[in-house]
Amino acid sequence: MSEAAMPLYEVFIRPKAGLSHKHVGSLHAADDDMALNMARDVYTRRAEGVSIWVVQSKLIAASDPVDKDMLFEPTASKVYRHPTFYDIPEEVGHM
Amino acid sequence: MYAQALDQKDKAPSRIEDPVKLAAFEAHCAADDKIEPKDWMPEAYRRTLVRQVSQHAHSEVIGMQPEGNWVTRAPSLKRKAILISKIQDEAGHGLYLYSAAETLGVSREELNDQLLAGKAKYSSIFNYPTLTWADIGTIGWLVDGAAIMNQIPLCRTSFGPYSRAMIRICKEESFHQRQGYEAVMVLARGTPEQKAMAQDALNRWWWPCLMMFGPPDAVSEHSETSMRWRIKRFSNDALRQKFIDATVPQAHFLGLTIPDPDLRFNEASGHWEIGAIDWDEFKRVLAGEGPCNRQRMKVRRAAHENGAWVREAALAHAEKRARRKQAAALQAAE
Ligand SMILES: [Fe+2]
Ligand SMILES: [Fe+2]
Repeated sequence: MSEAAMPLYEVFIRPKAGLSHKHVGSLHAADDDMALNMARDVYTRRAEGVSIWVVQSKLIAASDPVDKDMLFEPTASKVYRHPTFYDIPEEVGHM
Repeated sequence: MYAQALDQKDKAPSRIEDPVKLAAFEAHCAADDKIEPKDWMPEAYRRTLVRQVSQHAHSEVIGMQPEGNWVTRAPSLKRKAILISKIQDEAGHGLYLYSAAETLGVSREELNDQLLAGKAKYSSIFNYPTLTWADIGTIGWLVDGAAIMNQIPLCRTSFGPYSRAMIRICKEESFHQRQGYEAVMVLARGTPEQKAMAQDALNRWWWPCLMMFGPPDAVSEHSETSMRWRIKRFSNDALRQKFIDATVPQAHFLGLTIPDPDLRFNEASGHWEIGAIDWDEFKRVLAGEGPCNRQRMKVRRAAHENGAWVREAALAHAEKRARRKQAAALQAAE
């Protein structure tokens, strides 16, 4: 009963001009053209977007959740990277 | 509704989990943080979700059949366009959910095979026939209405991809319920024959809709773990009661009668109380003995088989184009 698997694609939609594409879901399709057509049918039925990107899931390189602390934890201690770290006298005005 | 899968017994042997990882996982769930596909999770959590999400997906797909039955006989072009849009939404719901299940490491083909082989279940409600046009409005009003009750809390379920799929789905369900209620309203305000048709549909769908929420809490086997892991957030009975309280006044507004002689409003609790649900009927339908179980599976299998050549052709075409592109690139390089 099983047949050849269709490649898996990730779908990204730009909701309107000026905004970036955002991941909205995935789908299976035989090739890029069909993936785009299907993404249009499945993910933009109610004017959700003005532009679609599709990319085969296997082409995405992703970080490993196990490395989460190593990758992202160090930024927590670098409070001086935020504007609120600096006290500016009120007389200076909005900065 | 489609959460009926959570009430089934988990037959697989349970793996002994690393206690440190398990404790961290449970703390994560308790804090209402989301679990993402690549995160560590107990085997039973993964298994429960694959079953729950895939059965939810199967329900969306099979659920297109009772409504598809009326596409060619919708009473007007407007109703036909609405019905087609709704059915197309349900196909989309199936796709969002299969995608969510696939992030847990099962393939679409496996899930599809499980459905076609009769190994996977889908919601009991779709094994009832749509005998008249009033059934279509009633399905939108009650079946989608019950689905909404169930799906809104699932938007906050602990597994990220399932939660995101539910959010998309809930946005679309509101249209389904409103178009259904409006269609019933037209009949209820129409000729005596039309009103009788609306009443007849309510009579047939009311009890099966109440069964969609699954067995009573007292006999539901899985609830406790599912609640602790935040897969499920409300009990079957709590959701059923919410649905009853919301729906009874809607029926009364239409001048229709809920087919339950024991129905009464409890002033003290502020809730509508119902008579006994026929759980034997529920069990029969789940076990394959509902009015349409065989037909639903037969149609699904035929659709899959009849579409095989299209899938094969699409893959062959994609392969041919990729080969040509490669050959052209080689030639250009020479
Ligand atoms: Fe749906
Ligand atoms: Fe729906």
